[in-house]
Amino acid sequence: MEHRIGVFVCHCGTNIAGVVDVKRVAEELAKYPGVAYSTDYLYMCSDPGQNLVKDAIKEHGLTGVVVSACSPTLHEATFRRAGAAADLNQYRVEMANIREHCSWVHRGDKEMATEKAIKIIKTMIEKVKQNEALEPISVPMTHRAMVVGAGIAGIQAALDIANAGHDVVLVEKEPSVGGHMAQLSETFPTLDCSQCILTPKMVEVSQHPRIKLLTYCEIDDVSGYVGNFKVRIKKKAAYVNRDVCNGCGLCIEKCPAKTASEFDEGLSERKAIYTPFAQAVPNQPVLDRDHCIYFESGKCGVCQKVCPVDAIDYEQKDEFLDEEVGAIIVATGFDLYPIVNIGEYGGGDIKDVVTSLQFERLLSASGPTGGVVRRPSDGEIPKEVVFLTCVGSRDPEGHMPYCSKVCCMYLTKHAMLYKHNEHDGQAYVFYMDVRTPGKDYEEFYQRAAEEDDVLYIRGKVSKLFEEDGKVMVWGVDTLTGQKVEIAADMVVLGLAMVPSATATELAKMLKIQMNQWGFYSEAHPKLRPVESLAPGFYLAGAAQGPKDIPEVVAQASAAASKVCALFAEKEYHREPIVAWIDEDECAGCRICISVCPYDAIEFDDEKEVARVQEAICEGCGARIAACPSATAQQRNLTDDQLYMMVSAALED
Amino acid sequence: MFEPRIVCFFCKWCTYAGADLAGTSRKQYPPNGVVLRVNCSGRVDPQHILWAFREGADGVLIGGCHPGDCHYQDGNYNTMRRVALLKPVLESLGIESDRLRLDWISAAEGDKVVNVMSEFVETVRDLGPMELDLTDRLSGAEAPDEAKGVKVSTAKKKAKAKR
Repeated sequence: MEHRIGVFVCHCGTNIAGVVDVKRVAEELAKYPGVAYSTDYLYMCSDPGQNLVKDAIKEHGLTGVVVSACSPTLHEATFRRAGAAADLNQYRVEMANIREHCSWVHRGDKEMATEKAIKIIKTMIEKVKQNEALEPISVPMTHRAMVVGAGIAGIQAALDIANAGHDVVLVEKEPSVGGHMAQLSETFPTLDCSQCILTPKMVEVSQHPRIKLLTYCEIDDVSGYVGNFKVRIKKKAAYVNRDVCNGCGLCIEKCPAKTASEFDEGLSERKAIYTPFAQAVPNQPVLDRDHCIYFESGKCGVCQKVCPVDAIDYEQKDEFLDEEVGAIIVATGFDLYPIVNIGEYGGGDIKDVVTSLQFERLLSASGPTGGVVRRPSDGEIPKEVVFLTCVGSRDPEGHMPYCSKVCCMYLTKHAMLYKHNEHDGQAYVFYMDVRTPGKDYEEFYQRAAEEDDVLYIRGKVSKLFEEDGKVMVWGVDTLTGQKVEIAADMVVLGLAMVPSATATELAKMLKIQMNQWGFYSEAHPKLRPVESLAPGFYLAGAAQGPKDIPEVVAQASAAASKVCALFAEKEYHREPIVAWIDEDECAGCRICISVCPYDAIEFDDEKEVARVQEAICEGCGARIAACPSATAQQRNLTDDQLYMMVSAALED
Repeated sequence: MFEPRIVCFFCKWCTYAGADLAGTSRKQYPPNGVVLRVNCSGRVDPQHILWAFREGADGVLIGGCHPGDCHYQDGNYNTMRRVALLKPVLESLGIESDRLRLDWISAAEGDKVVNVMSEFVETVRDLGPMELDLTDRLSGAEAPDEAKGVKVSTAKKKAKAKR
């Protein structure tokens, strides 16, 4: 076949053209063997740019297209669609990445960048020359979603998908749904009570006919691919028969063993058999065997004795459930940066220095003090309270370099609520910048400063220490250059948001990407913010990055709509970039079978050859490289293509 | 100054995306490497690497997912073994094994792409141009006489590709 390749060099405004001599690139490539048409344009992805591609395909009878622009992650799909619209098979359209891999990283040497761009494009011309016209492989799809994490993100996503008519499995590792939002007192900037807006959703999610709620469960293993995941879930032993328990709470009342309450951030105690909080969903206790007297000494057994329905089962074991789903939303939330890491602020040893979540509990009507702010040390009502922003955030030398986004706002809320509680008290906020980007946020901050007399001091606190029952705060007001010393009754730390402790382990299991801090990475920071790069995985909530409740809810609904869009098709259409084996040349050595991690290769005993099951093959290519006779190949990335691409990369 | 020619095979799930991140972060590194996107570092056959050296590459860089993070479960372990086995073969052919480098670079490690690329260019620059004529040894008995001792022509490569 005669090759008639079209090369389309994008300026990307000045992003590419500012470094790479795009005119020269287009001219040079017009001379390259097999190229029938070569041009450049300001924005190839725009409507006129795409039309340029479509028109050229028709006018010049192009057999392949290389769009030389940004990363394929961004616009490969765009240009494949454009090609298909002009009746060119979509797999004959390729992207040459001359932006991320060239103009943006070689700004200092325009000559070499231009030459490198030419080489990159040549490799893709060589690839596209041998690309087959393919069609996506259709595989059956399970129209059922899984949501991991039942904080506000997971709850919202699960409800949206279920209300759209699809079944959802909602998995939560804690004994109750609700996540951190259930711990909050009021929410900025409206001062809505957090429980009042959350608990109805918690109930809805537990009662929805399309939602299977699995609390106190963890993901144990995931296999398969988009449309057809198999998930093994560990149902942790609660030592309570959840089919029988009616949630009467008698066991909790009578249990003699106590430990620190996680829900109250250690400010109160809970029993060894417990529900995390009174409004927990489901309202069924779990037994924490690490603090149970029965498990410690074999004595006690009070809960079993008092249970009216015989629901306590000390012999209960972890169970495993298998679920099949087509898509997975990851909404595993955040933790606070560990206070022990902040040595200059006492590292958690000063009783009246509390974390922001502890202060939420002190403000909460359902909290350990019934909503009256009291010092943990002596229960007194504090008169001077200091709030510190950026504790662990925006600190590239010592801690996390990023902005945790919500601390300015919630500390403003804390200071305001404290003042509403204690009118003659004084609230100070030490800040680096007060960041209030959000609807009605700036007004909220102004209100705190002007109406509630919260004193904002620009500067960082260098040290906190105890003296005479007070917490001494040493800092600097950087606007006046004056040293500031406050003898505070209480200090609240706006600790950085970090991904939840289990996020990394889960990411490794799901094979989804994270950034260096462990937040899940979106497929594209602007245009694909709720999808993972790995197909079939979607992201919602603070697991993807620090964000506040309105943003979390919006992102969860967006992730849900992506899942619904996936489920709008009856079948899933997979990339046909799979392996194939030439039966005439296969020697039947079976090495490929031993290398394939998916059991996608079956052996034909009669013909003594290996055969690829296309519906299962993921297209990794690992076993193609293992084939001693080069009989096994990858569609549109064959050995021959790779050889030619290598050669093109090295041509002068 | 000698500018090494480097071929990079980057896994699309990790290192390729890491190189994209280096781009979006506008990090700067030397332009000597041309990146080929593969589905998995495990797709890279030792023959691809040998071919690159034969075609005049001064260095070959492979970027794959960190151990345990392979998108295809264990493709990167195949790569690890293949590279380990290939290195002594390269030495036996008279190619310094440092001309082949395998690194684990995740999608989040834009900085690592920059560091590895910069370091590798320096390593290869110090080694100097690949001067060894491999045509004889790699093409073996099958090679036509006219190909022995000279670089394979483009026509021959194309013939091979159409095979």
